[in-house]
Amino acid sequence: MKVELNVNNARASVEVEPRTTLVDCLRDNLGLTGTHTGCEHGICGACTVLLEGEPVRACLMLAVQADGYAITTIEAVAPAPGELSIVQDAFCETHGLQCGFCTPGMVLTAEALLRRIPDPTRADIVSAISANICRCTGYGQIVEAIALAAKRLAGSNLPRQVVPGEPA
Amino acid sequence: MKPAPFDYVRPASIDEACAALAVEESVVIAGGQTLIPILAMRLARPARLVDIARIPGLAGIREEGDAVVIGATTRQVEAERSAVIAARVPLLARALPFVGHAPTRNRGTLGGSVANADPAAEIPLVLVTLGGVVVVHDGRTTQEIAAQEFVLGPMMTALATGALVVGLRFPVWPDRRIGVGFHEVSTRASDFAFAAAAAQIALDASGRCTKCTIGIGAATPRPVRRDALATKLIGSTLDDTDIRAGVADAVAELEIMVDSHASPDYRRRAAKALAVRALTDARDAARGVPV
Repeated sequence: MKVELNVNNARASVEVEPRTTLVDCLRDNLGLTGTHTGCEHGICGACTVLLEGEPVRACLMLAVQADGYAITTIEAVAPAPGELSIVQDAFCETHGLQCGFCTPGMVLTAEALLRRIPDPTRADIVSAISANICRCTGYGQIVEAIALAAKRLAGSNLPRQVVPGEPA
Repeated sequence: MKPAPFDYVRPASIDEACAALAVEESVVIAGGQTLIPILAMRLARPARLVDIARIPGLAGIREEGDAVVIGATTRQVEAERSAVIAARVPLLARALPFVGHAPTRNRGTLGGSVANADPAAEIPLVLVTLGGVVVVHDGRTTQEIAAQEFVLGPMMTALATGALVVGLRFPVWPDRRIGVGFHEVSTRASDFAFAAAAAQIALDASGRCTKCTIGIGAATPRPVRRDALATKLIGSTLDDTDIRAGVADAVAELEIMVDSHASPDYRRRAAKALAVRALTDARDAARGVPV
């Protein structure tokens, strides 16, 4: 089936089988391999992408269901090639990642949380990332990273934009 | 973990969807948060998915007299953030944060949760507890089925082939002093519950209970209301001893589910403790005590 997708504010026309999940389509048809394939049944959160700015599992959605929605992947988070977003930078600084497998999902979850709740409590942060499994860090530094990113975003003069193309 | 091949159709109306569902081996997909894992694990291999997510008029929350009607494809996150649900169906508002986790609530629908009839699901438990109704369309007529008669057992409902859940009707209590309570126990937050309890009560000006409903889920093959317990508690002041004694009797006669996740003894004990907590929370909230 032919599907018209809107990924990272760019139109893409792909030919997929109905059974192709969104994560497989992003990786195999569009070459966006930053979205990771983990458990493929909705448990681990490695395949998290933003759909209209909210985190969803790309393994729990078929590509044919996704036409017309604004999809954001980790590739769209950095402001420019070679640079990091404030959230990504905070993950580096606090050692919020080791192997990096869960990191794209964690970063997108954090971006969506901070957009909805700019000044999250620790409980807000823990609740937001509770749907994403990390087997390296023990989560402590990830919570720290998101808290640091919130503080830096509050003090930054950058436009508050996560979904490309949406007004800040 | 890749689904077996299937066809995919996206009907434009409820009638078209019912016609598509009348074809053998067709299943509904709305949010897909339960169906897609089932397909990925090949626990089911339907020939065709009928996507109802974009049918106009199937999503939305509206007040209708003494009820709130939620369209089948309304996403769980919308109900969770709805001011109407918070004010009019507080028991549902209390239970929704327990449904899956935030990313699955962003896609999962209320109608899907009820049609799927997982014993551990919170939304059918709330609907049964409140004496709600499932609105079903079969391509010719629209029918209202009491939730308690709709959910028959684990993943089994009274939904006929070619019929579609189009909405859920949650009764609204007009009483001034209402309290709700919802508790469940699971291995970790967002996982399937082993036992769950939901309660809603109303008090009169003197603090006597005028209305009461209590439901148990997850421990049982389907959500069940404990009407004899509710009748016993109405007229009392809902003291701790009233609640404890009543719940003990009500739980003793429950049919408990048997599977590898938790022993029947554990589930029964958990159901009892959670029912006491749900009723106590409901009473305290109605009395104006912070829960």
